[in-house]
Amino acid sequence: MTAIEAVAATKPSPSRRLQWLTATVRDVSDETPRVRSLALDVPGWPGHRAGQHVDVRLTAEDGYQAQRSYSIASAPETPGVTLTVERIADGEISPYLAGEARAGDRFELRGPIGGYFVWAAALGGPLFLVAGGSGVVPLMAMLRHRAAAKSGLPATLLLSSRTAGDIIYGAELQRLAEQGSGLKVVHTLTRETPAGWQGFTRRIDRAMLDAVGFPPDAGARCFVCGPTPLVEAVARALRDLGHAPHLIKTERFGPTGLK
Amino acid sequence: MNDPPIARGFRGRRGAAAVGARLPPGQHLVTDFPVLSAGPTPEPDLANWRFTLEDGASPLAQWSWAEFNALPQTEFTVDIHCVTTWSKFDTHWRGVSIDTLLEAAGLAEPPGAFVLAHCDGGYTTNLPSEDLVDGKAMIATTFDGEPLDPEHGGPARLLVPHLYFWKSAKWVHGLQFLDEDQPGFWEELGYHSYGDPWREQRYDGD
Repeated sequence: MTAIEAVAATKPSPSRRLQWLTATVRDVSDETPRVRSLALDVPGWPGHRAGQHVDVRLTAEDGYQAQRSYSIASAPETPGVTLTVERIADGEISPYLAGEARAGDRFELRGPIGGYFVWAAALGGPLFLVAGGSGVVPLMAMLRHRAAAKSGLPATLLLSSRTAGDIIYGAELQRLAEQGSGLKVVHTLTRETPAGWQGFTRRIDRAMLDAVGFPPDAGARCFVCGPTPLVEAVARALRDLGHAPHLIKTERFGPTGLK
Repeated sequence: MNDPPIARGFRGRRGAAAVGARLPPGQHLVTDFPVLSAGPTPEPDLANWRFTLEDGASPLAQWSWAEFNALPQTEFTVDIHCVTTWSKFDTHWRGVSIDTLLEAAGLAEPPGAFVLAHCDGGYTTNLPSEDLVDGKAMIATTFDGEPLDPEHGGPARLLVPHLYFWKSAKWVHGLQFLDEDQPGFWEELGYHSYGDPWREQRYDGD
């Protein structure tokens, strides 16, 4: 199957104009010291698929506007939209979303956007998810969808974080993995490890992907999201291990990129 | 239309007025060069690299890497605008203009009103032919004086700087002229068919 046929298989319903909608912050919760989730009420939200993103537009009192894209963290089955945002030190939007915003605040968003980096239980598996840092956000939408759909398709998440305190969704991932539904969650820490840490302690490499992932002939759908160097290295290693390139889907971000 | 809601406490980061005038609506300036692509970066294979022009299903001309690089070269210094809202000013590219390719193929003008650009991995993007001629576009092989990095589309990418940057397709290996417009990869997935940043044509219906 070529990439184009893969696209046809996930083609969205007929096009419509993406309207700017008003989102109201229902709840904020800290995932780590630098990462915050915002649960949003979005009247008129048309629904989304796991892996898609939204454009957020903020308007200042004097009319100045700025916009950026953020991945959706919530499952399609959950009402509204939850975003998880990492505070970038010199960012323009993320310090607001992951710092200033609180329940009742309002801003605009539109979406869902992106129909390629998506997964639904109906597409099948196995599912091999690989993320660095906040790259886990769109993959979490897939795992939340998998749980909501009560899918037993084998799934593995390999998540690279800097320190144990930087692991996003750590408790929820552990809970999902303990449900016995066929989800395995593997962590690697690249900067500092707590006493007694049993997991990996290096950047994701080919040997690690080989050790924790599915064999290439299993036809796993691979989704890779994180900073560009991680995504480049992981996508290349997966291809070198024998995973079919059209099954490796990537999403990249940096301080100025997608997130 | 209703006024947009004010994001309480949001001030934003204003650029200089001179910067603002060069930024299309909704864009912000970056100094690095973000990478966005849908799948693994293809390994360059210059020995087997071919660039093809087609009229519908009929081949018009084909060049090897050596032949392609022997064609007259063009340089652009241009601002580029990504649909994900970053813009980068004064990027410097070298390559072969589409005008030169048409001329080398013995064509006075594009043989069809539309183009589908074909890339490694099956990626495509669609453009009106008139947006590629008269010095408006090239097949770029160098960036800032260096061979184009595979992450950024090397060995060759389409460069159409007046449209959103996904139209400047990476790893391009052919242009197919068509009489009818045919949506490409992202255009099938809800992105705008034309993609003019100055009219903020990000998504279908914009």
